[in-house]
Amino acid sequence: MSDAAHNSLVAHQFDDARQQQEAATVGMWTFLITEIMFFGGLILAYMIYRNQFAESFHAASRVLDVWVGCFNTCVLLVSSLTMALGVRAAQMGDRKKLVLFIIATMIFGAAFLGVKAYEYAEKFEHHLVPGPTFHFHGVPGHEHAPNAEIFFSLYFAMTGVHALHMIVGLGLMTWLLRKSIKGTFSKDYYNPVEICGLYWHFVDIVWIFLYPLLYLIDRS
Amino acid sequence: MSNQGAGALIDATVRPRRLARIFSRDHTVIAKQFFAMSIFFLFAGGLLALFVRWQLGFPGSAVPVPFNFLMTRTMAPGGVIAPDAFNGMFTLHATFMVYFAVLPMLVGALPNFVLPLQIGSPRMAFPTLGMLSFWLSLLGGLLMIATYFVDGGPASTGWTAYAPLAAVSHYTGSSAGQNLWILSLAILGIGLILGAANQVVTIVNHRAPGLTMFRLPLTVWSFLVTGLLVLLALPVITAAVGMLLMDRTLGTSFFVPAGLSVSGSPLAGYAGGGQPLLWQHLFWFFGHPVVYIMILPGMGVVSDVLAVFARKPLFGYRAMIYSTFAIAGLGWLVWGHHMFQSGMNPLLGTTFMASTMAIAIPSGVKVFGWLATLWRGQIRFGLPMLFALAFLLTFTVGGLSGIFMASTPVDAFIHDTYFIVGHIHYVLFGGSLFAIFAAIAYWFPKATGRMLGERLGRLHFWLTLAAFNCTFFPMHILGIGGHMRRIYDPTVYAFLRDLQPVNTFITISAITLGFAQLLLVANIFLSLKNGRRAEPNPWRAATLEWTLPSPPGDGAFAVVPEVHRWPYDYSLPNAIEDYLPQTSLHVNGTGTGTDS
Repeated sequence: MSDAAHNSLVAHQFDDARQQQEAATVGMWTFLITEIMFFGGLILAYMIYRNQFAESFHAASRVLDVWVGCFNTCVLLVSSLTMALGVRAAQMGDRKKLVLFIIATMIFGAAFLGVKAYEYAEKFEHHLVPGPTFHFHGVPGHEHAPNAEIFFSLYFAMTGVHALHMIVGLGLMTWLLRKSIKGTFSKDYYNPVEICGLYWHFVDIVWIFLYPLLYLIDRS
Repeated sequence: MSNQGAGALIDATVRPRRLARIFSRDHTVIAKQFFAMSIFFLFAGGLLALFVRWQLGFPGSAVPVPFNFLMTRTMAPGGVIAPDAFNGMFTLHATFMVYFAVLPMLVGALPNFVLPLQIGSPRMAFPTLGMLSFWLSLLGGLLMIATYFVDGGPASTGWTAYAPLAAVSHYTGSSAGQNLWILSLAILGIGLILGAANQVVTIVNHRAPGLTMFRLPLTVWSFLVTGLLVLLALPVITAAVGMLLMDRTLGTSFFVPAGLSVSGSPLAGYAGGGQPLLWQHLFWFFGHPVVYIMILPGMGVVSDVLAVFARKPLFGYRAMIYSTFAIAGLGWLVWGHHMFQSGMNPLLGTTFMASTMAIAIPSGVKVFGWLATLWRGQIRFGLPMLFALAFLLTFTVGGLSGIFMASTPVDAFIHDTYFIVGHIHYVLFGGSLFAIFAAIAYWFPKATGRMLGERLGRLHFWLTLAAFNCTFFPMHILGIGGHMRRIYDPTVYAFLRDLQPVNTFITISAITLGFAQLLLVANIFLSLKNGRRAEPNPWRAATLEWTLPSPPGDGAFAVVPEVHRWPYDYSLPNAIEDYLPQTSLHVNGTGTGTDS
């Protein structure tokens, strides 16, 4: 790596680009560990209440539209693919493709959030938001769910925090987009794309857990 | 990501703008900011403790005049602390001390200053994260102070915020106060997580050439393990307080069971069905590792100080490292011992009892390692050594009283009494805080270029040690006598009336203890001004920071040091000096200079 590249792209606390890359990567993994523990707390609550109120959870889960959830899962998986292709493009030094794939990732991410917003709006209309106005009707054959409100509390807490992570992810993508249009990234310097990709994939994986936990409890 | 502000920072180093100086990314400045914050909350929390003690020692008498300035009329009608205000005060006391005094000192101030110096790195890995970690912690602290002044008073559910007491605002009357308490902890949690990530990555990635992991001083090892604990424990409490806040504000029932009533009528607005025990599990899954977060850095510091002042290699270096990991690892398996009396299956209780008792083994390894380090050493009773020895003493007492409570049948008798209050203060004040005092005395010359005044320091030490034991040891006796913790007025219970003189004695000792701490502050300021100038290596210690001038200044490790040996080469046979710095290549003799 040339001296000029060293000066502009390596922050002054690092000896060289390699150390910076390692630190950033270890840092992102460290952060993801904390995220696992964070979602772990919510998933523990889910496990306990699902075990305790199995019947309510089964009935309440049927209210969720499994196909909308499935569509969203596909959207997110495709966004992960475009993200991975973006990292690849960055590694190859292909600026045009990088910009393209980041934009694609952002579109899929936004689509996910749009569908989520539609789902939330529906829950509001049907009084499925926890609180004084909560009222559970259920679907035919599955009306009995005395503790459906706990299920929906968890639904909103878990998908809500997940959506928040998606929004942060979109912020990171915007930042990446600006930099890649400016041409900051090259074959020698693509670490930010890589670690933002790590974050994006992580948020995806969280959804891969949430989808079956919330949508697919009793669909056999 | 980290290169985003690099250009701006280069400008900043040439001509520092005011904002860049306040929101400094320099780890030494961040350490000082954390230090000031921690000391402030130490005194604020101490003052609250004295109010609590005043009510317990002299129930129903007005708080003396110069100290009642913080009392609003609703808090203390006629100068006497009201019961609700009392609850708020012990809650804030513990919250300040645990979250805003000890944690910022051990996860903020100490690592930011000591860590880069001991691993021979000019910088931390993520200066921006370091800056954010302080300002988020401070924001959390300010919010916590604000709870004192809002309508309804501060949170008054103890530092553990058990549900449903904390989940339903009708119970304590503290509405905004408890919400702010939750918000404040969430923000502090994020701040500390950022700091810990910075600290772990720095250790992994920024060590000087030749400084292998097994050449690191115990202090750095303890920072690494503590950092990992913070990273794993804090997110859990963030999730838990998030759910608690939803219960309080959105009407969910994560922790609110069915069938609750408020002053005789059924509680409205909650569907119920939640489990209060879930809160306890989540809280203690975080809360128990947190007590290790607060003790492990102290153990690291004490290990280093003992070796330096006994002029001997640390006994059982690798065993010390492994026991640190063992304590941290076992710390994840014992949270249930806080819940023996919460309605736990006795079989599960026995499991938690066994895992808790198992922690005595690595703790024992440490204590005997320290004793063996002292054995036949040329002990010098410098100020850091005094505090380190006091740590050894009080931590052992606190550790042993912990075993009492780990035993389920004994715990049935003493849980929720002053025995546990005595225990926690032996490990948190006698453990963490004494280690912090040792650290202050030990690194003060390096940080300021002046020696901490020995005479005033000794006065502070002996007064603190005596008043500490007079304050907290009798609490065990109160606890055995059945004195419940968190009660407002012990004299209303017939069986506690005979013990009231003990309460009065504790209060007088506590006041002495509180005022003795002013000596530390006085000593710091006097030494800053008139202290003896410090040489680069006043303690003749072997670790890297002492190869630099005191204070190190901006050019610390501009020339990257090369490390050739472990950090405990003291009293080597045939060596010219009685210690060898880690950078020294030649043994000057036949001693075993390496870690192998």
